[in-house]
Amino acid sequence: MAVNAAAEGQYQPLHPLREFWIYFRTNRGALAGMVVILVVCLLALFANVISPYSPIEQYPDCQLAPPIWQDRDPADFAQCVGHYYLGTDPAGRDMFSRLVFGARFSLLIGAIVVTICLAAGIGLGLLAGFFRGAIEVAIMRAMDMLLALPSLLLAIVIVTILGPSLINAMVAVAIVTLPNYVRLMRAAVLSEVNKDYVTASRVSGAGTLRLMFVTVLPNCLAPLIVQATLGFSSAILDAAALGFLGLGAQPPTPEWGSMLADARDYIDRAWWVVTLPGLAILITVLAFNLMGDGLRDALDPKLKH
Amino acid sequence: MLRFIVTRVGLVIPTFIGITLLTFAMIRLIPGDPIEMLAGEHGIDPARHAELLHQYGFDRPLLVQYAVYVGQVLQGNLGISLSTHAPVIRDFLQLIPATIELSLAAMLFAVLLGLPAGMLAATHRGRFLDHSVMGLSLTGYSMPIFWWGLLLILLFSVNLGWTPVSGRIDIAYDFDSVTGFMLIDSLLSGQDGAFTSALSHLILPAIVLGTIPLAVIARMTRSSLLEVLNEDYVRTARAKGLSPMRVLWVHALRNALIPVITVIGLQVGTLMGGAILTETIFSWPGIGRWLVESIARRDYPVLQTGVLLVASMVILVNLSVDLLYGLVNPRIRHVR
Repeated sequence: MAVNAAAEGQYQPLHPLREFWIYFRTNRGALAGMVVILVVCLLALFANVISPYSPIEQYPDCQLAPPIWQDRDPADFAQCVGHYYLGTDPAGRDMFSRLVFGARFSLLIGAIVVTICLAAGIGLGLLAGFFRGAIEVAIMRAMDMLLALPSLLLAIVIVTILGPSLINAMVAVAIVTLPNYVRLMRAAVLSEVNKDYVTASRVSGAGTLRLMFVTVLPNCLAPLIVQATLGFSSAILDAAALGFLGLGAQPPTPEWGSMLADARDYIDRAWWVVTLPGLAILITVLAFNLMGDGLRDALDPKLKH
Repeated sequence: MLRFIVTRVGLVIPTFIGITLLTFAMIRLIPGDPIEMLAGEHGIDPARHAELLHQYGFDRPLLVQYAVYVGQVLQGNLGISLSTHAPVIRDFLQLIPATIELSLAAMLFAVLLGLPAGMLAATHRGRFLDHSVMGLSLTGYSMPIFWWGLLLILLFSVNLGWTPVSGRIDIAYDFDSVTGFMLIDSLLSGQDGAFTSALSHLILPAIVLGTIPLAVIARMTRSSLLEVLNEDYVRTARAKGLSPMRVLWVHALRNALIPVITVIGLQVGTLMGGAILTETIFSWPGIGRWLVESIARRDYPVLQTGVLLVASMVILVNLSVDLLYGLVNPRIRHVR
């Protein structure tokens, strides 16, 4: 199409989305990441259709049954043969079903944490970028303070105050990752706010709110999209760490991190209890990181040329 | 330079005040009666409760309470552990060498592997080696390290039987702690095999804790070296006919290392966070496990002081990195 346009002697710029896609699709890692994320999304959406068992129902006769391809003593698991693709956990729950439902929780954690962070980060970042002086100093100092503490330690403190639960773990993770969003947003605003198009808009009578949200914000989206994608991975990772320490999702919730909480006790007997939930975390987090890197390369004009 | 130091130190003070506010508020915000929490007693009768309330100063205005708390902190009165009945600071000082030893070993692992890996990737840009190094480092960066630890235990301890699962040294060895660093103490003890035992206990936790810094260092080395290799002075060096090795090691690497060293310094926070998970998995008797256990035991004075001390440590290390960086790179000093 672009060639035809050129042949006709008129220049037609590519649609930004199309241009983005051209750069993005050359990055095989990012494409692979996107495919994995789509698969995880489908698993999460159709978890109740895909999983053969309830993720929390216990089958006491089949505790720690190995995956179906593994040799097992028929006498031990006579009634379990052929069921439970990936084996069962120490409470006799189907690992496969728990892992599939776990996708729901991980994506939910990522989505909620990133949404909170984006909303608060955009707001605070715009404020700090537009109103230099006391407001900026107050916001940025507060963010520096949050950054000074090791994030996991701060998250632990917050969860201890709020009480251990999945919701509180998400709040804690959102608070400890917020500084990244605010700093990014402020930096983006500062680089835009003195450009001619903003001045033009101001001169033609646009109010501060309009300048903030209509004029400047859309031009700061690229770094925010990248940050949101990478934020998904760190949110999933941090929430899983809290779950592992017993401070996040509580049993019997099939959250990947909390599934590993007492896996150490079975490490010499049941490798599937130990390896599979972590593998699920790693694959999902890696996919988001791959896609985030790809997005950064495709959206950052400095790297494009 | 003096102005630079003063500004940087000045920036730390509000952060420190913020941390004390957090730890001060923490003990009052945690669900439950703070008096029972601090005294470690349950069902205290009203008379004793009032007495304790007065003793802890909880009947005074909040601002006064905070001032008293900061005063106590500055004097080094950091509370008494409810479980060991010892001053929290004493327990902290006893446990911190274990965490420092683990962190140093982890950093050593990360630097020794990360620098060469990043250099190889940069010099083989776009080729298979580059893609493998970058793929591996992104995997390392995405690693849930608590699971990575379990995986290594499963492979090296359970299946191969090469390394022990937990602790810092085999219980067969018994000697007094001189430095608190098990590797040094075991050497000083002169007992046969003590050092090997300490080393084999250290190796897996160090790998686990060092994995994310390793990934960060490899990526940073690569990108910083690539940038430097495009500089004019490198082209000049090549044009002069210097060998590629000399250009890389003597001309490029020196400048490429500046951001890498900063990143290494900034990993201290990551290490302390990672230590919480690593020490829990490997039953490593350090600060991280101590903090996690204090939550389970509801030993809140330990959590309060532990958070304060760890945060202060991280702030101080970051400050020193900042100052050192200013010392090494004069350009930084003059940027506001």
